[in-house]
Amino acid sequence: MIAELEKVASEFGNAESKVSRRVIICAGTGCVANGSLKVYAEFIKQIESAGLDIVTELKAEGAEGDNHTSTLLQKSSSAPIRLSKSGCQGFCQMGPLVTIEPEGILYTKVKPEDVAEIVQTTLIDHKAVERLLYRDPVSGKQCTGTAEIPFYQRQSRTVLKSCGIIDPEDIREYIHSGGYMAAKRAYTEMTPEMVCEEMLYSGLRGRGGGGFPTGKKWDLTRIQPGPKKYVICNGDEGDPGAFMDRSVMEGNPHSVIEGMMIAARAIGADEGYVYVRLEYPLAVARIRRAVADAEAIGVLGDNIFGSGHGFKINVMEGAGAFVCGEETALIASIEGQRGMPMPKPPFPAQSGLWGKPTVINNVETLASVPIVIGKGAAEFRQRGTETSPGTKTFALTGHVANTGLIEVPFGTTLREVVYNIGGGVTDDRGNVTGEGFKAVQIGGPSGGCLTEEHLDLPLDFDSLKGVGAMVGSGGLVVMNKQTCMVRIARFFMQFTQNESCGKCVLCREGTKQMLALLDDIMEGNGTEKTLETLERTARAVQKGSLCGLGKTAPNPILSTLKYFRAEYEAHVYQKRCPAGECKALLRPTIDPAKCKGCTMCAKKCPVGAITGELKKPHVINPDICIKCGACAEVCRFKAVSGV
Amino acid sequence: MPQTLEKTTKKLRQFNKVCEILDRYERNPAKLIPILQLVQDEYRYLPEEVLTYIATSLSLPPAKVYGVATFYAHFALEPKGKYVIRLCDGTACHVKKSIPILEALRERLGLTDKVRTTPDMLFTVETVSCLGACGLAPVMVINDDVHGQMTPEHAVALIDEIAAKEGKK
Ligand SMILES: Cc1cc2nc3c(=O)[nH]c(=O)nc-3n(C[C@H](O)[C@H](O)[C@H](O)COP(=O)(O)O)c2cc1C
Ligand code: SF4
Ligand code: SF4
Ligand code: FES
Ligand code: FES
Repeated sequence: MIAELEKVASEFGNAESKVSRRVIICAGTGCVANGSLKVYAEFIKQIESAGLDIVTELKAEGAEGDNHTSTLLQKSSSAPIRLSKSGCQGFCQMGPLVTIEPEGILYTKVKPEDVAEIVQTTLIDHKAVERLLYRDPVSGKQCTGTAEIPFYQRQSRTVLKSCGIIDPEDIREYIHSGGYMAAKRAYTEMTPEMVCEEMLYSGLRGRGGGGFPTGKKWDLTRIQPGPKKYVICNGDEGDPGAFMDRSVMEGNPHSVIEGMMIAARAIGADEGYVYVRLEYPLAVARIRRAVADAEAIGVLGDNIFGSGHGFKINVMEGAGAFVCGEETALIASIEGQRGMPMPKPPFPAQSGLWGKPTVINNVETLASVPIVIGKGAAEFRQRGTETSPGTKTFALTGHVANTGLIEVPFGTTLREVVYNIGGGVTDDRGNVTGEGFKAVQIGGPSGGCLTEEHLDLPLDFDSLKGVGAMVGSGGLVVMNKQTCMVRIARFFMQFTQNESCGKCVLCREGTKQMLALLDDIMEGNGTEKTLETLERTARAVQKGSLCGLGKTAPNPILSTLKYFRAEYEAHVYQKRCPAGECKALLRPTIDPAKCKGCTMCAKKCPVGAITGELKKPHVINPDICIKCGACAEVCRFKAVSGV
Repeated sequence: MPQTLEKTTKKLRQFNKVCEILDRYERNPAKLIPILQLVQDEYRYLPEEVLTYIATSLSLPPAKVYGVATFYAHFALEPKGKYVIRLCDGTACHVKKSIPILEALRERLGLTDKVRTTPDMLFTVETVSCLGACGLAPVMVINDDVHGQMTPEHAVALIDEIAAKEGKK
């Protein structure tokens, strides 16, 4: 069977044109966690009991089906309301999100109890429910839809464009929005050389961390001899704090599949794998469903678009090993081995899965491919910078007002991201403060830290490399002044130490050493020698490790040592943690000038470390104190410091 | 030691299911990881006899099967509790203070870094390095249910709720 895209698209378009309104409920992981599926169920109930027509699945006219909603379609002459689920809309923190089209209203934090009111006020009376609209915390302005929300306004959603709008489980909607046309073009109008050339010209660089030009990688694989080649989609996304790939797989799985098909055409592969990490069950389910639907409709399988070429996709779940994101380890894992990296060369392009030429690309890279081939490389190059064209998704987390999934052109400044999209830096209670910014950690465990002096640095592959950081997979963690940079370095070191596969002595033992050295510093046992040894070990691990995990493991240490040396030195020489996070270095004291002798602290202290008479300054006995901070919390006169 | 009849039939039934899974993958050694995943879904962990059995069926050295099973974090060689609580300690969750939640959970259940399952086999507490719901940090998952914006108090309340439902105090 050969897919007739135009027919599928026009049938879907016809069915949709009968719909008057559309209610889109975010069913990404974040919103589901916040109860969006209950909201969805409540909508069905409320719309039906209000006597309105509802469709949950669009059927082409005359199509057979046991769906109760398609009968409803015929039951009444009034135009029905379509209810659909989408993938992550990016603003997870404000979820569950409900969008109503064509008005473009976005409701935030919707609870099942709110649904009846939405149905009455918006669907029947055509008015917005004001209390459910987003209110900008800075200006206090109420925003009707994404067009008015600063978080969305400043973004440039390209790869994520359809993510959060289309129903990821309906292939026809993807096709209706122009999906699979790029693949069709690649298979019927282009030769493999042409596809590679177009990719090369687009300048698309791999989004998995390394930033290697995708066209070059494909071309290297294309020229390898042999009839059997593979395409692998790397959906391992092991970086803590990153969830871009997850959102794409969940929100627009067909774009990844289409990208793989085009890659297969470019290199001459007939089989592919999607390797998804097992912590992402929803992504696994959506990708599996997408593969099955694409096969059923005739897009994927034998004789694609009548070209005589076939392509088959397998889906494999990882088993919880970060190092399996490294390409040679990933290949070993698909082959049923322990996921240990191998020395390169040979590169996967030469000898990959089962010894055959293999292309491995990241999820976001693959999802960008249909955009390049569909719209042309020249248009793709319009955004981003000369050497880093296009847009990049980032997971914006940590101490910012708006956390979530964002997409901006390469070259956007950090200041724009943190202050305009992120809405500013927050304190530990979640309030935006003017001068709270300390650093942004970018690129996860392989990345580095950026500071105030980098706020106007354009975010792109080369600028970041220049300052010892990297784009990595795109995790951006904003940190406020109450964050201890030594602890952050330790946090990443603990992660890589746990995840080291153990093959290289320097990676295995070096990370352990660095962890111990950082512990010494945080416990107040650091000396000048500790800092020196730490730096030397870091350099050695960088040089002597086989794979990227070991080679980049020292980056968080080296970059914090570079930009926050004073903080390390305060720990070592003054036995003081400037951010007040390292417990061993805390020395709670009561300022006699501020203390009014209200006795609150003494009452609250769990170990009886505080003594003093009523209305006279109190004192803390440092030998008893366990540094719990309770005294500081209750003191209304801010007399307790050092916790 | 002589086995009771009951034990033997239980074992047989156990291997039946394993056989089915092995057959589904045509006893292909390259499918070792998906096979172990399905077997673990079935038994909630990978008992030693089962690992040996899988090795023989796939004509692989037992050391290799054991090697794979120990390499990946997902595979458990010891049984886990009925409720597996996975607390995220990824970057986003960590900076939003996930550790105090872990400490509160361990304290409530009498668990430590080494002892992760309660003696009554009801709860297992583990950390994971990112659940991909960082926007809701800190995040905790109980079996498959994701809970966001956790606090130590809320986490303990969830445990208490489950314990009450299970008739434990
Ligand atoms: C330790 C380690 C972990 C990695 N994890 C991932 C990952 O989770 N996802 C990913 O796409 N690439 C990951 N990479 C990079 C891949 O090895 C590879 O470069 C990438 O998938 C290539 O795709 P791209 O060219 O499209 O970026 C990792 C690399 C290393 C060294
Ligand atoms: S650098 Fe580390 S993770 Fe990479 S192969 Fe060596 S030991 Fe394994
Ligand atoms: S920090 Fe805690 S233990 Fe120490 S004095 Fe204050 S309340 Fe007492
Ligand atoms: S999951 Fe709904 S906005 Fe991210
Ligand atoms: S860091 Fe916790 S969910 Fe990502």
